[in-house]
Amino acid sequence: MAADLSGIVIAPPTRRQKAAGIYRQFKRLPMLPVFILSLVVIAGVFAPLLAPHDPEKGELRERNIPPAWSNGTQAVKIVVQRLSINERTTSVTLSDAQKIDPNIQLGDQIEVYTRPAGSTKFLLGTDHLGRDVLSRVIYGARISLIVSIVTLAVGGTIGVTMGLMAGWYGGIVDEVLMRLVDIKLAIPLILIALVLVITLGQSLWIIVTVLCLFIWPRFARQVRGEVLQLKHMDYVALAKVSGASTARILFIHIFPGTINTLIVVATLQVGIVILLESTLSFLGAGVPPPTPAWGSMIADGRDKLAGGVWWISTFPGIAIMLTVMSLNLFGDWLRDTLDPRLRQLE
Amino acid sequence: MQKYLVRRFLLALVTLLSVSLIIFIMSRVSGDPRHIYLDDYSTQEDWDRMGVVLGLDKPYYQQYGIFLKGAVRGDFGISVREARPVTEVVLERAPATLMLGGVAFTFSLLVGVPLGILSAVKRGTMLDWFGKIVALIGQSAPPFWMGIMLMFFFAVKLGMVPPYGKQEWNSIILPAVTLGWYYAAANLRLVRSAMLDVLDSEYIKLARAKGVNSRTIILKHAFRNALIPPLTFAGVTIGALVTGSLVVETVFAWPGLGRLAIEALFAFDYPLLQGVVITFTLLYVTAAFLVDVLYAYIDPRIRYA
Repeated sequence: MAADLSGIVIAPPTRRQKAAGIYRQFKRLPMLPVFILSLVVIAGVFAPLLAPHDPEKGELRERNIPPAWSNGTQAVKIVVQRLSINERTTSVTLSDAQKIDPNIQLGDQIEVYTRPAGSTKFLLGTDHLGRDVLSRVIYGARISLIVSIVTLAVGGTIGVTMGLMAGWYGGIVDEVLMRLVDIKLAIPLILIALVLVITLGQSLWIIVTVLCLFIWPRFARQVRGEVLQLKHMDYVALAKVSGASTARILFIHIFPGTINTLIVVATLQVGIVILLESTLSFLGAGVPPPTPAWGSMIADGRDKLAGGVWWISTFPGIAIMLTVMSLNLFGDWLRDTLDPRLRQLE
Repeated sequence: MQKYLVRRFLLALVTLLSVSLIIFIMSRVSGDPRHIYLDDYSTQEDWDRMGVVLGLDKPYYQQYGIFLKGAVRGDFGISVREARPVTEVVLERAPATLMLGGVAFTFSLLVGVPLGILSAVKRGTMLDWFGKIVALIGQSAPPFWMGIMLMFFFAVKLGMVPPYGKQEWNSIILPAVTLGWYYAAANLRLVRSAMLDVLDSEYIKLARAKGVNSRTIILKHAFRNALIPPLTFAGVTIGALVTGSLVVETVFAWPGLGRLAIEALFAFDYPLLQGVVITFTLLYVTAAFLVDVLYAYIDPRIRYA
């Protein structure tokens, strides 16, 4: 026999209880990823204020300076009149040596810096053109941010619209759209991007276009799946009965039901967008130089690694890795919080 | 079952056809190839004759028809840069890419699947954390950067393996690890979460209650069912490995199709580029089809769907 519950009134939560609830949610935020992502956003937005140097101009005299904490390397060299190629590592010319100390004679042995020590002027060192690596990393955040936002806005909108239509109309529309998704998977899009860049020239817009082509299917697929479930809901049937137009049903009634999923997909896609953008930049199909993008910075430093100049490639790579890692962790957290059904999403 | 396979096969054909159309349009939009073949001293007559030789005097739909007809017979024309048939060049480079892709794929399975199982079984232990870190790095670090860093440490600093090229047997280690890591990470995550789901199911509890030892439970009862998500992913993986080879082959100067594509691109060698892209697509479509077949074989629900 069921207990008589008619007398019990459940009090609505007080303001304090609500605040405590929000605080509890907030406390569960993954702190490190949120912190890193905030740093990236701040760096991107306030780059001109934060960067200690001009990211695009450098003094050639100050090229290849290592990060602030590293010591220079010294070597003893013999002063000679003229250098032959095979003596370059063991000798130094008289005219160069006299710039340091005018009293130096031919045949003297002197200690010289083969690589200068780092200085606090350039915290992360300078690249092969004397540009400050830290400033370039900071400005690089800006490019990644712009590309991600535009791509998400455009590609996401296309994907959502396609997904809504495929799910709602089904049949031939669905078939065609899903085949488009298949085709997209089969095309090496990076190659297409490179072809476009070579024929049309490097620009931000080409990258964004290609990235949109890349990400819309993910949104379309996810939204389609949601629509297939939602369209049999009673409230959709009610809306139909009360004479709402298809567009209204799709955007006002069904779309809000997919938002949780979309937020999760979007967060995880931003990581992929950043990785792809950096790949394109690395292959020379990114934002035209000298604008600093993380990918192209890694490409810049690539052939300097063998000479021990490791910092040009390393720091932008770490920036990409930390950003994408934070996005993945944050996305995972959002998914678990908003929509645990998506757990198997790759 | 047959109906399902026929359908998948037809879809693969449609995909292949669409890609060929896209690449044909792209190569035509990007400009007249005669600008590359001929120099400033050529006459109008040369220009026209070249057009006839290349079939450019015909309308576009006929050109596409000719292109398709050739492609079906494995004839993609003559490479501008190499001055020999595209098919020959592609076939010469394909083994290197297949080898790299194969080793990377095996690596991703050998690392991802066992680590995924162990992470799920020993959930919350140090091992699980180790797996998490491997997966996180693999999914977050850009492969080309990872490649450069691995090259710097293991080839330049430690001198353990050759930094680039394909001369020695151990040359393949760095490129394969670079290429495979991302998919190892993905496999790890998929296997782990699928394992966790399966381990929680009723039939596992029943098996435990019956006193089946836990190794048998994990390997026989749980693992087989946890294999389906990574298998689904394998189709995507093989396709993406192909694209990944573009980057990794560039970084490690690996003489495969990916590098060939980049070379063809920068030499404006469109026939060669078309050939490589179609080959890539063919590889992908074949792999995806095989996965579909395997998938239907493993999961009976699909056969009757």
